[in-house]
Amino acid sequence: MADTTASLNDGAPEVSSGAPHPKAKKMSKPTRKGISGSGIELAAMIGVGVVFLAAWEFLPPLLDVPRYIIPTLSNCIEEFGNMLQREALLKHFMSTLISALVGFGLGGLLGAASGYLLGLSRLWERVLSPYILALQIAPKVAFAPLFIMWFGYNSIPKLLVTVLVVFFPILVNVLQSMKTVDRDLINLARVYSMNRLTIFRKIEVPSSLPNLFAGLRIGATLAVIGVTVGELVGGNTGLGFLISYGEGQANTAMVFNAIILLTVIGIALYFAVAAVEKRVLHYLERQDH
Amino acid sequence: MTSSLELRNITKIFPDQNSGHAITAVENMSFSVKAGELVAVVGPSGCGKSTILNMVSGLYGATHGEVLIDGEVVTGTRPEVGFMLQKDLLLPWRTIVKNVEFGLEEKKMTRAERRERAMEELARMKLAEFADKYPHQLSGGMRQRAALARTLVIQPDIILLDEPFSALDAQTKLVLQRHFARTIAESGVTCVLITHDLNEAVIMADRVVVMSGRPGTVVDEFPIELGNRQDPLARSLEPQAGVYVKRLFDTLHLENQAA
Ligand SMILES: Nc1ncnc2c1ncn2[C@@H]1O[C@H](COP(=O)(O)OP(=O)(O)OP(=O)(O)O)[C@@H](O)[C@H]1O
Ligand SMILES: [Mg+2]
Repeated sequence: MADTTASLNDGAPEVSSGAPHPKAKKMSKPTRKGISGSGIELAAMIGVGVVFLAAWEFLPPLLDVPRYIIPTLSNCIEEFGNMLQREALLKHFMSTLISALVGFGLGGLLGAASGYLLGLSRLWERVLSPYILALQIAPKVAFAPLFIMWFGYNSIPKLLVTVLVVFFPILVNVLQSMKTVDRDLINLARVYSMNRLTIFRKIEVPSSLPNLFAGLRIGATLAVIGVTVGELVGGNTGLGFLISYGEGQANTAMVFNAIILLTVIGIALYFAVAAVEKRVLHYLERQDH
Repeated sequence: MTSSLELRNITKIFPDQNSGHAITAVENMSFSVKAGELVAVVGPSGCGKSTILNMVSGLYGATHGEVLIDGEVVTGTRPEVGFMLQKDLLLPWRTIVKNVEFGLEEKKMTRAERRERAMEELARMKLAEFADKYPHQLSGGMRQRAALARTLVIQPDIILLDEPFSALDAQTKLVLQRHFARTIAESGVTCVLITHDLNEAVIMADRVVVMSGRPGTVVDEFPIELGNRQDPLARSLEPQAGVYVKRLFDTLHLENQAA
C-alpha cells in the first residue's frame, strides 16, 4: 500500500507541470485514493471468499449434485470431525508435514550446495550441464513408483521424491546467480588481495541470496507436490494416502479435506520461506518495489 | 607513502572466442606518473582506457610490455592499489561503514581498529552520520563519496579512478570533483583519472594523456599549468583552462565527428 501511494506522489509533479494546482490538494488526492482503493480491494477480496463459500454450501443441493460428487462445506466440516476421530487425521497430517519439511530442507541444502560447487567450477558446470538439463526436464514425480520398488512401502520413497523435486529449481537458481555475479565486485575483492574462498564468502554467496530465496520459494510449493505424489503412489500414511483411501470409499469429502490441508501446508511453507527471506534480504526492501 | 607508475610499451591483445580474430585494445603504449601526481587519461570510447587500469591494478597482464610501480614490475594484484569505477561497487548487503571496512579486512588489525579507521575516513568524507545506513538509502553522490572512503581507507600508494563522476548529475559532479580534488591533494596519493569529460581532465589533473581510437596509443601528452589543483572550480574559471580544453578537443578530432 505504501508503495502505491509513493509512486502516485512521485507522478504528481509531472502531471501538475501544466496546470498550477495547489500542492496540498494534489498530494492529498492520490493518497486518499490509495487508501480507499485498497479498502475496497480488501472488501472485495473477502466478498469473493464469502460468495465462494456460500455457493459451495448452497449450490450443490440446489442443483441436485450428489454428495459423492461435490460435498458441501458443512459436509466437509462434518467429515473433518470424523477424520480426526476415526482416521487419526493428526498422524497423517504430521507425517505429510514432516516429510515436506525434511524433504524441503534436504533438497534445499543439496540443491544449494551443488549450485555453489558447480558455480565455483566452470569446467564441471560445462561438463555436467546437459545432464542437469535432462534431469531438470524429467518429470521427477514419475520416479515415485521406482523408489517404491527399490525401498518399499515406507516413508523413504516420498522423501526421495520431495528431495528430487525441490533440488533442481534451487540448484538452477543458485548456479545462475553464481554465473551472473558482478565481475567488477570480484575484481575489487581481487585488488584487495582476497583469495578465492574469501571472495566466495564475502561476494558470491551474498550476491546469490536473492536467487537462492527465489529457488527456495519455488521449492516450498514443489515440496508439497512431491510428498503428495509419493503418498498417492504407495504407503499407508499421510494426506496423499487419505486422498486415495477416500477415493476408494467414494468419500469425496475426505478427498476435499486432504487437498485443503495439503494446500495449507504448502502456504505455510511458502510464507515461512518468504518471512525468512524478508529478514535476510532486508537491505533490498526499497529496491524491490 | 605514494608511488610512481610507469607503463612501458604496453600492448594488450584480447583473444575473441566468438569471431576467432583477436582484438588489439592498446598498442605500444607508454606513459608515466610521478609520485603524488594526478594524471588524467582521455580518449574515445573503446580505446582501452579501462584495459590500462586493469593492467595497472594487476587484474590481468599485458601481452607485451610491462607496468612498473616504484620501478617494480606488476605481476598481480597488490593491496597498495586503490580502485574506483563509475559504479560505486558498494555491497548492498553491508552498511556504509562495513563497506568502508571491506578493504581493511585482509589487513592484520583488530575489529576495533578497523572500525576506527573507517569512521575517521567517513568523517573526512562528511558521511559519518550515514555510517549505519545501507547504500540504497544514499544518493548517488554520497555513494560515490563512500566508495572514495573505501578506496582511501586502505591508505593506498596509488589510486585508479575509472570515470568516477560520469554517472552523476552535473551539479553533484561539480561538488564531488571539488571534494575528490581536495581529498586527493591532501592525502598526496598518486592518481590516474580516466575520463570522457575533457573539461574534467583539465580542471583536475597535473598532466593529461590523450589516447587515439582503438588500438589505443598515446597521441598527445601535456602538463596542465594552472596550479591550485585542489580547487577545480577556481581552475575552470581561468581563461587558460579553455585553451587546454580546446587543445584536447583538437587532438581528438572531435570537430570532424558526426554527432
Ligand atoms: N576481457 C575482454 N575480452 C575481450 N575484449 C575486451 C575485453 N576487455 C576489453 N575488451 C575490448 O577492448 C577494447 C577496449 O576496452 P576498454 O573497456 O578498455 O575501453 P574504454 O576505453 O575503457 O572504453 P569506454 O570509454 O567506453 O569505457 C574494447 O573494444 C573492448 O571490446
Ligand atoms: Mg572504460
